[in-house]
Amino acid sequence: MNSVNLSTLDLAIAASLIVLDAGMSIVFGLRLHHQLLIAAVRMVIQLLLVGLVLRMVFSSGSAAMTLAIIVLMIVAAAREVAVRPKQRLHRWGNYRIASIVVALSSMATVLLALMTAIRPTPWYDPRYAIPLMGIVLGSVLNSASVALDAFLGDVVDARNKIEGRLALGATLPQALAPLMRDAVRKGLIPIINQMSAAGIITLPGIMTGQLLAGMEPLHAVKYQILLLFLLAGGSGLASGGAVFLASRSIGDKRDRLRLDRFSSR
Amino acid sequence: MLTDYAPPTHQGITSDTRPACTPRLSIRQLQSPHAGPISLDIAAGECVAIIGESGSGKSVFLRLIADLDPCSGAVLLDGTARETWPASTWRSMVVYQPAEPAWWALTAEAHFSPEQNTFAGAILPLLNLKPAVLQTDLALLSTGERQRLALIRSLACKPRVLLLDEPAASLDPTSTMAMEALLQTNLARGMSIMIVTHSDQQAARLSQRLLRMTQGRLEPI
Repeated sequence: MNSVNLSTLDLAIAASLIVLDAGMSIVFGLRLHHQLLIAAVRMVIQLLLVGLVLRMVFSSGSAAMTLAIIVLMIVAAAREVAVRPKQRLHRWGNYRIASIVVALSSMATVLLALMTAIRPTPWYDPRYAIPLMGIVLGSVLNSASVALDAFLGDVVDARNKIEGRLALGATLPQALAPLMRDAVRKGLIPIINQMSAAGIITLPGIMTGQLLAGMEPLHAVKYQILLLFLLAGGSGLASGGAVFLASRSIGDKRDRLRLDRFSSR
Repeated sequence: MLTDYAPPTHQGITSDTRPACTPRLSIRQLQSPHAGPISLDIAAGECVAIIGESGSGKSVFLRLIADLDPCSGAVLLDGTARETWPASTWRSMVVYQPAEPAWWALTAEAHFSPEQNTFAGAILPLLNLKPAVLQTDLALLSTGERQRLALIRSLACKPRVLLLDEPAASLDPTSTMAMEALLQTNLARGMSIMIVTHSDQQAARLSQRLLRMTQGRLEPI
């Protein structure tokens, strides 16, 4: 595969678009030019750093370093999932649920891909494991945070209905079932959109990158199909797992709805 | 989901198979941070009325009996501790009806199992309700109609003990009398009722005993 090599000049020409945006902000008084420039500089520095780290890890091929980076990525994603919902569970409940769900669903999907479809040697080759983990984590993060936010919010809003069912002899899982279904469905909407839009409304980022880098279109497409399947699997595990664990932590063994386990922040 | 409700399978155990002194509901030192400790016995077919100011802990007490909030103490039904049953079975035998009953489906009918629908159809005329209310969008019904439907929904569980929180709050005098007559019929069949009410007259008409709740404590009047 012959990839297009970008020179510093090429990037500088593209960067002039940022200057165009900033100019627009000044002319129309949008007061965005400051933020825009900071964001652009930040993006360049972050990506260069990531590039340097990845170059080091890829060339070393060290299992320990690969694992360390993956753990770091999981922790960062889990934190995002935990802080997103408006409602918080006491005793770090959101963090507990988020780390279990994010770690298990992303690792399960990535391992499946590494063991079956991609099969690099060694199987943990950072060149494959780290980018795969990154793209799966993005999807898992989306689904888990949307599902968790929806479920916890709905439970607080529907307190009277849930307890009304309990008072008439429903078990807590029966009383929570409609809300759980709803939250899992919401968590899966982004990936369903992504799959239905793929190729027609949007060219997925990975595929675009591979096409630009000179890959044969059908190869790039097959890669993209594999990835979307992985993302769908990761999303399903993540939203289902997040809602299931959350439903367990808001009840007790006498099937009560324990709203006292929500901490107001 | 109503079809999934645990049926009240323990209806067969009646108080006549036990010593006559075993109360239907026995409450021992029931306590939570918001009410109690409260001890109280209720016989089968007995009605106990509770009055008291708003916020004195009446609703909290009913919730504790229904096992909806964590608490200490014991509650026994016909001499058997409530922990003997799964919580859902307990709540289908000791039904709590809040002051503002919640509805989660579009129509009243959707809250009933098929058998319960037959039951509801038979009870409707006793509460001056037309059969059509079962299929009407609940949002289009009056508060009083929904309150009467809520009582039918509670009775449809065939509870042994019914905990009612102001069941006549939005009823006109005629409907109130119809509701009381229905409750009397169920009392005569052996159901025990604990009713929270703001009306001394209603308490006097229905109950054998009147209790007052003051700051989480229950005292006879």
